Amino acid sequence: MTMQTLSLAPWLVATPMVGALVLLVAGRRTDRWGHWLGVLASAATFVVGLVMLLDMLGTPADQRVGTHTVGTWIDSGPLHVDLGFQVDPLSMTFVMLVTFVGTLIHVYSVAYMDHDVDRRRFFGYLNLFVAAMLLLVLADSYLLLFVGWEGVGLASFLLIGFWDGKRENAVAGKKAFVMNRVGDMGLIVAMMLLLATFGAVDFGTVLPAAGEGAAAAGEGTMTAIGLMLLLAACGKSAQLPLQAWLGDAMAGPTPVSALIHAATMVTAGVYLLVRSGPLLEAAPDAQLVVAIVGALTLLFGAIVGCAKDDIKKALAASTMSQIGYMMLAAGLGPVGYAFAIFHLLTHGFFKAGLFLGAGSVMHAMDDDVNMRRFGGLARLLPVTAITMGLGWLAILGVPPFSGFWSKDKIIEAAFVGEGWRPWVFGLTALLGAGITAYYMSRLFFMTFAGRRRWSDGGPGDDGAPERHPHESSRLMTWPMIVLAVGSVALGGILALGDRFVTWLEPVTGHAEHHEPVLPVWLLVTLTLLLVLLGAFLAFRQYAVAAVPVEPPPAPALVRAARVDLHQDDVNESLVMRPGQYLTRALVYSDRTAVDGGWLGLAGGIGRLGARLRRFQNGYVRSYAATMLGGLGVVALVVWVLAS
Amino acid sequence: MNEFVAPPIDWAAVSPVLVVLAAGVLGVLLEAFVPARARRATQLTLTLAALAGSLVAVGMLWDRVQENAVSVVGGSYLLTPFGLGVQAVIGVCALLGVLVVAERTTTGQDAFAPAAAAVPGTAYEDETRRAGLQQTEIYPLMLFATGGMLLFPATDDLIVMFVALEVLSLPLYVLCATARRRRLLSQEAAFKYFVLGAFASALFVFGIALVYGFAGTVRLQGVVQVLADPVTSPLGSMTALVVVGLLLVLSGLLFKIGAAPFHAWTPDVYQGAPTPITGFMAACTKAAAIGALVRVLFTLANGLDPATRHDVEVALWSVAILTMLVGTVAGAVQTDVKRMLAYSSIAHAGFLVVGLVGMDQVGSQAVLFYLLAYGLATIGAFAVVTLVREQTVSPGSSAETRVPTGEVPDDGVVLGEATRLAQWAGLGRKAPWLTAAFSLFLLSMAGIPLTAGFVAKFGVFSAAVEAGAWPLALLGVLASAVAVFFYVRVIVLMVLTPPTDHEAAGASAGQEPATGGTDGAPAPAGSGTATLTGAATRTLVSRTVVTVVGSRGPAAFAIAVCAVGVLLLGILPAGALDLVAQAAQFRP
Repeated sequence: MTMQTLSLAPWLVATPMVGALVLLVAGRRTDRWGHWLGVLASAATFVVGLVMLLDMLGTPADQRVGTHTVGTWIDSGPLHVDLGFQVDPLSMTFVMLVTFVGTLIHVYSVAYMDHDVDRRRFFGYLNLFVAAMLLLVLADSYLLLFVGWEGVGLASFLLIGFWDGKRENAVAGKKAFVMNRVGDMGLIVAMMLLLATFGAVDFGTVLPAAGEGAAAAGEGTMTAIGLMLLLAACGKSAQLPLQAWLGDAMAGPTPVSALIHAATMVTAGVYLLVRSGPLLEAAPDAQLVVAIVGALTLLFGAIVGCAKDDIKKALAASTMSQIGYMMLAAGLGPVGYAFAIFHLLTHGFFKAGLFLGAGSVMHAMDDDVNMRRFGGLARLLPVTAITMGLGWLAILGVPPFSGFWSKDKIIEAAFVGEGWRPWVFGLTALLGAGITAYYMSRLFFMTFAGRRRWSDGGPGDDGAPERHPHESSRLMTWPMIVLAVGSVALGGILALGDRFVTWLEPVTGHAEHHEPVLPVWLLVTLTLLLVLLGAFLAFRQYAVAAVPVEPPPAPALVRAARVDLHQDDVNESLVMRPGQYLTRALVYSDRTAVDGGWLGLAGGIGRLGARLRRFQNGYVRSYAATMLGGLGVVALVVWVLAS
Repeated sequence: MNEFVAPPIDWAAVSPVLVVLAAGVLGVLLEAFVPARARRATQLTLTLAALAGSLVAVGMLWDRVQENAVSVVGGSYLLTPFGLGVQAVIGVCALLGVLVVAERTTTGQDAFAPAAAAVPGTAYEDETRRAGLQQTEIYPLMLFATGGMLLFPATDDLIVMFVALEVLSLPLYVLCATARRRRLLSQEAAFKYFVLGAFASALFVFGIALVYGFAGTVRLQGVVQVLADPVTSPLGSMTALVVVGLLLVLSGLLFKIGAAPFHAWTPDVYQGAPTPITGFMAACTKAAAIGALVRVLFTLANGLDPATRHDVEVALWSVAILTMLVGTVAGAVQTDVKRMLAYSSIAHAGFLVVGLVGMDQVGSQAVLFYLLAYGLATIGAFAVVTLVREQTVSPGSSAETRVPTGEVPDDGVVLGEATRLAQWAGLGRKAPWLTAAFSLFLLSMAGIPLTAGFVAKFGVFSAAVEAGAWPLALLGVLASAVAVFFYVRVIVLMVLTPPTDHEAAGASAGQEPATGGTDGAPAPAGSGTATLTGAATRTLVSRTVVTVVGSRGPAAFAIAVCAVGVLLLGILPAGALDLVAQAAQFRP
């Protein structure tokens, strides 16, 4: 017996897509109620997903993997691709995350975008984003996944640059788009290699054959495929070296940031790698690179996060770091897959909550994002402070909050193995947990604790900007509360009895339990100690001591972290400038050699044509002579060539 | 006593030709009996019905001819699948061509002189114009021409072929002379066409004579038999005779397609003839002549020994190279739309010959498709030209004066066609749909993918490659690339270049004839005086602007059909290619 609701899968994509189409095509006519249609489309999708989930839960574990084929999509010679949907625990996990968190963000946006004249268009894009992401996770082939992949890229471009009246917003959107294109190249090349190696691009054919493919095509090819997939994942998930767009993407409205960071977009890379697990296992070298990239990004994001004063950019750096954890887990092989997805799920909840909280704070502070101008807001924004506080504890990994269950598992898994790897990856993950505690606590204390560094209009606040903070409306606080509940409880519920790991087993396969190189109790204790240390340092520095309004002079590392560890300079000097020189050289050679050649040819034809025109003099006698002479010439040619 | 035995005649097989010719005869009678007011409507109905009937007859014969070629009266009329295919193309193009001819535009005037016999510029001519006379004889003339064209590719007998040649040519000579405007240019064109056509006919007949001398018969099948078995004819061993004869016959046919070095008439005649006739002539004559060419060439070539066959191939190669060269190179420097299209037609003749050098079925298939694609684009393009006009604007009024939608009783408001390319600048803003259609036709002629022209060009070039003539195909591709330049130049002009407002008063109209009739060399007698009828004096005080007149239906319909056809054949060519593949089963 397979799932009965399998055929509902296309509706998961179609529902938000129809919402987006209606909102974008019908235009201003839907301005009055368009946002509610957007919410409805997203909520309806969630309901469909929930029905399918309940059905799946009632199905025996070994029958939970199914595909629903709608029809033939491409049938061209040896290439045959079906338009099909992959429904299994992995994709359903994503469906639930995307639609549930997505719907909450939709609701939140109704209030957040209340004063925006283009609110309807915004909801159209949000629906498009959700539809594209669902297509991405439900596709049963790399090619169809790619359609969703590009759709996500498009939607993020539209949303990051939503307020494109300002130049830097438009530039940020473009930056995200261009850097994603680099990653897309990886996916395209990977598909070509898959096609060349396996003759197919659908999961059903490629993944089971990964082992044989490695034997037939050689490990080199498999490594290339793995690395190309990694490149794609790096683009979407903002991992080194394609991480630079994520910080700038904060230019979009805050709900967009929440959506990008929690439910859609950045999780796509992790999904791709976990889905392609068998391919990566056939290419150990590529797998190792995945882990290294994850570990590096984990530290990179954490360090940048420590120095950011912009509340959204600090959260963005934190996302980068947390996704680094997931990539690291994905690079560890079957041991890590389940934990990568588990962390992705819990992270989706608490990061969405944190971003929505940040949006609420910004709402209260006239869209200011500089935390050095916040402080003492807990009293004035109690709901925001509490929900964000719960999210903060969750990301820190304090038991029994959600993050503890997922992050600790990743740290544990990182310590599994032989040789140098467990030590390097494990210690990195451990260190990352400590830094995370520091910068997240810094964010929390700078915003909610300490003395206020803004003016309430009263005397004695010279130079401080005047603010009148107030708690946000219910439409905004309720999504935050729901997410906070998830941040508190979800991890524990799913971790009990390895429920979530077992749930994913039909996809990720059963991983044998390995003992870490250090005892588990020691790891947990060490992690908690580091977290406490980080939080304590932040408390002393930002809650007890006065926070300077201007960034104080700092050592080189902090200065570098404030400018994202010079990521833009690196990109500019390594890629942009050489690229510019190359294009300039190409333009020059195009002008001189190519254009010159063509213009010369055109001039030659023109001169020849002008000469030919002289024969066309209008005299019938000349024309007749041309005919006769021409006939003679043709006869002569025939005679000469014939003899 | 020998009793006269009537030969059995398969009337059904002859019906496509017969319907049209009979309608032509009927049309001449109608001229005499039908009152003047109803004449145009009657003639038009009869013409369209006859052409449609001919097409239906072609359709009904299709399956039958697929099985067996039908020979009537010992081959005087021979219907092969390919011949029938050519007849279908001619029928479609003639139908569309007649629609353009019937167009009177919102000015209420068609493209033809009210009384073609009136001497240009005389008071008598003015009178006929004011009286609103119409030359409805053009319709029977077109039917006769079409009848000849239908017969041309469907005969095995060189004498019948010659008769068909004359039947199709003589009405065309007359039609060329009947332009309403620039009548001297029109008459000059007709005269040139007639004289040169007569010369070509002479070559053709001389060729027939030589072939007859060789074989003792004018039936192509008979000639092939003699080639196979020389002793059956007294001069059967003199192969040179048949080669020279064949070359001369080919010359006559190549003249009709406008292939170099027999192309010289094309630009002058295309420019001088009434534009709807130019479109009709360009599309249908070319199809008919190619049909006849294929008939002669493929039948005889299959009977020739390899060495002699090689001679014919060399001749075709030379003609193809020369034609593509002349068409594209001279086309690139033209400043007049009609002349540019004329050179484009020459270039297309070159591409068609490229498809024929293999003298095999692949080639004939490609050529048939090419004829259809080219015919649609050409008729459409010339139809667009008929709608882009000059308009006088008196000094006081604004340049934006719209075309009056009512009837304009007198010349002078809307003048002749604005054929100078410079005048087409900014047309995209004045008439976006017309510009889009014209661009589509040009792109098809250039052979841009998703248009019929691409599929057609691909067909002829790949046929050439398959026949081992890859240098020709290569040259053809290069020539196409050059040709793209002058097609796209026009599109750029129409779409991107802002219109030149305030065109020079009088001067532009006065200069026009100097570029007419030749490619810019000093004008010979005749064309220098060809001028805008009735406008010469007015231009001194008023300016000329370019305007687009509205169609009253037929031309717009024809343009739309052509455009849709060009797109359909480009995007979904499969259906047409299947039909063409059936038709190309060439049976001698």
